[in-house]
Amino acid sequence: MSQEPQHLMSYTKLASVLFALLILTGVTVGVSYIDMGIYNVPVALGIACFKVSLVLLFFMHLKYEGRAIIVSFLSTVCFLAIMISFTFWDVAFR
Amino acid sequence: MSETTSFFNTPSPPQLKGIWAWLLTQDHKRLAVMYLWAVMFWFGIAITIGFLIRIELMSIGPTIMGPDLYNAAFTLHGVIMIFLFVIPGIPAIFGNFILPIQIGADDVFFPKLNLLSWYLYMAGGIMALVSLFTGGGFPDTGWTFYVPFSISTSHNVPLTVLAAFTLGMSSMLTGLNFITTVHRMRIKEMGWMQIPLFTWALYATAWVQLLATPVISITLLLIIFERLFSIGLFDPDKGGDPLLYQHLFWMYSHPAVYVMILPGMGVISEIIPTFSRKAIFGYKAIVYSSMGIAIAGSLVWAHHMYTSGMSDTAIFVFSLLTFLVAIPTAVKVFSWVGTMYKASIEMTPPLLYAMVFIYLFSVGGLTGLVLGAAGTDIHVHDTHFVVAHFHFTMFGGTGFAFFAALHYWWPKMFGIMYDFKRAYIAATLATVGFMFHYVPMFILGMMGMPRRYYDYLPQFSQGNLFAGIGGILLFIGIMLMLINLLLSFRKQEKAVANPWGGVTLEWSIPSPPPLHNFVAPPTVQDYPYDFSNVLQKAAAQHSSVNTEQKESE
Amino acid sequence: MKSSNDFTGIRIGMWLFLYSEIILFGGLFVLYAVYFHRYPDEFVEGGKQLNRIIGAINTIILLISSFTVAASITAIRLQNKKLSLGLLTFSIFCGLVFLINKYFEWGAKFHHDIYPNSDTLVSGPPGQNIFFGLYYVITGLHGLHVIIGMTLLMVSVVLILRNKVHAGRFAVLENCGLYWHLVDLIWIFVFPLFYLVL
Repeated sequence: MSQEPQHLMSYTKLASVLFALLILTGVTVGVSYIDMGIYNVPVALGIACFKVSLVLLFFMHLKYEGRAIIVSFLSTVCFLAIMISFTFWDVAFR
Repeated sequence: MSETTSFFNTPSPPQLKGIWAWLLTQDHKRLAVMYLWAVMFWFGIAITIGFLIRIELMSIGPTIMGPDLYNAAFTLHGVIMIFLFVIPGIPAIFGNFILPIQIGADDVFFPKLNLLSWYLYMAGGIMALVSLFTGGGFPDTGWTFYVPFSISTSHNVPLTVLAAFTLGMSSMLTGLNFITTVHRMRIKEMGWMQIPLFTWALYATAWVQLLATPVISITLLLIIFERLFSIGLFDPDKGGDPLLYQHLFWMYSHPAVYVMILPGMGVISEIIPTFSRKAIFGYKAIVYSSMGIAIAGSLVWAHHMYTSGMSDTAIFVFSLLTFLVAIPTAVKVFSWVGTMYKASIEMTPPLLYAMVFIYLFSVGGLTGLVLGAAGTDIHVHDTHFVVAHFHFTMFGGTGFAFFAALHYWWPKMFGIMYDFKRAYIAATLATVGFMFHYVPMFILGMMGMPRRYYDYLPQFSQGNLFAGIGGILLFIGIMLMLINLLLSFRKQEKAVANPWGGVTLEWSIPSPPPLHNFVAPPTVQDYPYDFSNVLQKAAAQHSSVNTEQKESE
Repeated sequence: MKSSNDFTGIRIGMWLFLYSEIILFGGLFVLYAVYFHRYPDEFVEGGKQLNRIIGAINTIILLISSFTVAASITAIRLQNKKLSLGLLTFSIFCGLVFLINKYFEWGAKFHHDIYPNSDTLVSGPPGQNIFFGLYYVITGLHGLHVIIGMTLLMVSVVLILRNKVHAGRFAVLENCGLYWHLVDLIWIFVFPLFYLVL
């Protein structure tokens, strides 16, 4: 088996990712005090998605993984999206 | 080649002795054999229960059991057949044994995890057994565990549910193992489009196992939570929606029917070209249709719920999507038939089973369209038509593919050959019995006989009598088949390394294989179903026989 | 076995397992989405009863612990065994603090007669019962995953102490780390869904 050289994350890079994550947490809590009507949920979830992407890409090294892991991860997310959205064919039109 | 020691005589890890060489083994072949006996044990129990159900229905009124026992009987028949036989059957036995060999590997990627899967399977089976005799009595919910009944019944549901949960874990870990094995253990020369079709089918299956099984895990956990804490997530009184249970349940259980059938299709895709001595027609089409079925099969779960009170939009959408699944399935059937066209076919028991599979599965698939169309489904929903349909696909399909695989790989697994004549008789008997058993059910269903009742109205008695007679024939046929296979152990007629003239890698090694599978490094053909070498050899043999004959004249 | 040296393969196996965990929680998120669609007002009401500050603190704790786990992998690869052990121990400590917070949070709710099948919830509006039912199921299952994650981190600590995990062989630590990050990922979604729906 050939061994692909693996990417090494530096402390500073990890720390800056953590810093960004903490800022985003602050933002999402702060924004929650402002009432934006129907935009409340999309904004909160948008920030959450952004945070999750940071964790995935850097803490979990997804950015440096091979194609197999990236493609399969995206299909998992797609499957989850299908699970939720297709259920709404029923509940949204009942 | 006979000098190599078979895996039966080489424990792995090497220091193990006696029974421990089996119970702690990390060898994929030993695990496959252990799965084989466990799965056959459960199959024997479940088919006997099914047989008793049929005897009960042969005549009107309580024949051999009352309503309560009947409820328990069909629940057990369903749970055992689905979770302990059909889902693990082909992947756990033949997948474990053949998949690593077909891709030139000496084992699966995570051998210890493989052992763990086996223990989870056994633990699940034992829990299912224990659940029968403890708690409030036999589980009586049907294999679907629909709420609210599964939450309110006093019978022993939690343990059965936990058993299904454990079996799901086992199936999921097997899938995980196979995906990693196919990705990382293939010999370098083998590209993606050189992988044998059985392995491809298992790869597609593994993805469904991996992504769909957790949905049933959480659903079953929710049943247990509801029973323990009465949260009310599915209870309309407390704001819940019981239909969501059905959504979650079928989100797994519909893809699961493809977990059941895809490996069977893979088996058929191996057997047909081998005995046609001809490259399989449309290799790539079969590969893509396997993946297509895996994907499309995950989009259609709600077609089990047309009469449950779903929105009309959902019924329309899911009905439409259901029809899409028919396309990749038909591609496979056409490819198999296309392979046999103008081929030099050699008749053997595995091929007979495979041909029966194609016929029975086609009937099952076509009647599936009747159920997939919302209009007709509402007429036959929850009748014997449904029972006949899924037995045609699951039993006539996966079941017969399993029998085909047993006959195809039996000489490879054990190095012995069975009696052909008895195998043919058993196959014919089982097929005739099968038709007599299930075709009347289609008619009964059309007439309106509901499923899951121990009794019926007088107008259904003739059909049920026929079905009962068919059931007896079917039962005898399958028993004969199993006895025939078991008798091969007594006769010990040695099988050669390649009794069928197959070209995939498992036929290039001794039967039974040695511990590390390959004595010499495997060579990969450019095209996985290239029979030119086999044909050349046969032609050479044929001409030498001819010259001998002439000389003797 | 050859395969135990194929770190990429081991990682693929771990990711596959993580997918199944994601879908496991996914089933609950399906329920959440549907019920949020059905009872938007009650969900907002329920969200207001949860303490946003404790939720935010727990988020920060998990984020920091995720960072320390990631950093401990860097440390072990740079052969700094002591730092790596320290970071891991700190992460386990974070997990413990998270659970203690959760304990007090649940305790306070129990004190206000808000727990599955309690009188307040059964007699109250159905949407409220569903909100708190989901809250207990999801955070409970997540808490269970925190405990499993802490156990895995402890296993890694032991393996590092025994020199089974070192700069040339750190796949186990990496996989435990991946699991811990997953626990974090799920919380990142749970936090806005329950505490910030307003």
